[in-house]
Amino acid sequence: MPVVASIPAVERSASQLMAPPSRLGDKAFEWLTMAMAGAVVLLVILVGWQLWSDSMLAIRKFGFHFLGSSTWDPVAEQFGALPFIYGTLVSSLIALVIAVPLSIATAVYLTELAPLSIRQPIISLIEMLAAIPSVILGLWGIFVMIPFLRDYPFPFLKKYLGWTGLFTGPIYGVSMLAGGIIIAIMILPIITSVSREILRSVPNLQREAAYALGATRWEVTRIAVLSYAKKGLFGAIILGLGRALGETMAVTMVIGNTPQVALSLLKPGYTLASVIANEFTEATTDIYLQALFEIALVLFGITIVANLLAQLLLKTFGAPQTTRAVQ
Amino acid sequence: MNRSSSNNQHHWRKLKSALASGLAFTSALLVISPLALVFFYLLISGATSLNWAFFTHLPAPVGEKGGGMANAIVGTLELLGLASIVGIPVGILGGVYLAEYGSARINWGLRFVADVLNGVPSITWGVVVYGLVVLRFKSFSAYAGGLALGLMMIPLIMRTTEEVLLLVPNGYREASLALGISRWRTIVNIVMKTASKGIVTGILLALARIAGETAPLLFTAFGNHFWNRNLTEPIAALPLQIFSYAISPYDDWHRQAWAGALVLVVGIFIINLLVRVLTRERTARLI
Repeated sequence: MPVVASIPAVERSASQLMAPPSRLGDKAFEWLTMAMAGAVVLLVILVGWQLWSDSMLAIRKFGFHFLGSSTWDPVAEQFGALPFIYGTLVSSLIALVIAVPLSIATAVYLTELAPLSIRQPIISLIEMLAAIPSVILGLWGIFVMIPFLRDYPFPFLKKYLGWTGLFTGPIYGVSMLAGGIIIAIMILPIITSVSREILRSVPNLQREAAYALGATRWEVTRIAVLSYAKKGLFGAIILGLGRALGETMAVTMVIGNTPQVALSLLKPGYTLASVIANEFTEATTDIYLQALFEIALVLFGITIVANLLAQLLLKTFGAPQTTRAVQ
Repeated sequence: MNRSSSNNQHHWRKLKSALASGLAFTSALLVISPLALVFFYLLISGATSLNWAFFTHLPAPVGEKGGGMANAIVGTLELLGLASIVGIPVGILGGVYLAEYGSARINWGLRFVADVLNGVPSITWGVVVYGLVVLRFKSFSAYAGGLALGLMMIPLIMRTTEEVLLLVPNGYREASLALGISRWRTIVNIVMKTASKGIVTGILLALARIAGETAPLLFTAFGNHFWNRNLTEPIAALPLQIFSYAISPYDDWHRQAWAGALVLVVGIFIINLLVRVLTRERTARLI
């Protein structure tokens, strides 16, 4: 794949050499397109600046205390983001624990094991799952998943794993665990499809060499494919993490929206994205609104770091892109 | 003795391999099972709540039966139109720069930024546009909602446009340049025309992706229980309506939410189907 991609670049520079002397229309068009491409850089700066300047009041008033305080009291005008940061990290972690093994195993199945004839249908189904809007998954979450979790798996977890401290307290259904599960469903497709491209870009020579040594199929996958693709797969996971951290609607509908730091995953939680979605239009005072802007700034900061890391890992692994029109 | 132990080991290795294959297959089933479950309930709950009034009537007040989401359906289409005005020109021209101009290093950087931008949570766009537009003009508006969605489209369209332009053989460019046609006319009339189906595919994918977005609209378009007569005022959208009905305490509204969800999903799947048809034809022709 990387070899094929580099050919047009080389030929392009040859055609650039042969281009006729520049004319006004050519220059104007080049600058126009350059400005539009530069818009993405401008947008990142704009977002950061806008969030920063609109949360100035809150940043001045609360300082770093904002990140470490768990009081969220709009009436007393005391704001701390800790419960939301905690909720975002824990729900995303739950999502990764569920989604990563499933996604990577599915990617392995699709590249190494599945009969050729059923690969494309499964890939299409996964793309369809990716196309379901977050709000619809949330709707399903409220009326189908939550009642099911409340009646069957949650009491079971509480009874047999309650001693760990992770599954204690009253069972409402809406909970950190429910939030994590719904995020997991949302990030399954992206981790699967990026991992699949990573595995596809592993040279066949790797596999052939391992087979030649008499390795079984699983050994080939483990030794020749997975360990070779480690870095890229890690990139795919971090990319999924970035999506998980920013997931809004579906989580908001099932996580319970209670700002607390609790060990039990059966208790309701709250995430950075959810508190913005729920309280933004209710913010009556300036400082309340600015605190929410600062929450958005924190969320933006965390997701930018995750995405930078993911793109660095994926791009230096040298294979796939995250947005593809054509398979 | 030596032989039998190595035989055992061999069996064990084969067993392990079969086990791993089985697990991988089970994982694939588990990954697609949510799709089946969501679809099943959408059809059951959505289809029974769907009727003609849903497409032609405004939402009914609390307590009254019936009503529909006609304004939200039209609102979503209007918002997609407004988003296209922002997202399509910037996205396509940006993609042209990546594919046709720019040094390798600059393009690597731009691609990188576009991909990072793609990962920015959609709710961030709502907050930013609230600060940019809603606070400034002191009103939620269709324009603000369209802008939030349009900004989301830019990196999506840019990357897909770039990819399809790179698929156009260089011979086309060279032949056109050799005829003395200027570079920009070559790009517009030859390269982009050749790749036009691919570009349209990219636009459709971006539209399908943003059509179901709720978070960027919560505090920009805001939602509206009536028709929007003026784009500077709040406007209804299907995802917003689904959200507010889903978290409401009324059974009747829950049914409406399911019906709205079914309509939205069917719409998105139709766009995706269209994409599939377009890409199939194109790959068949190019390769």
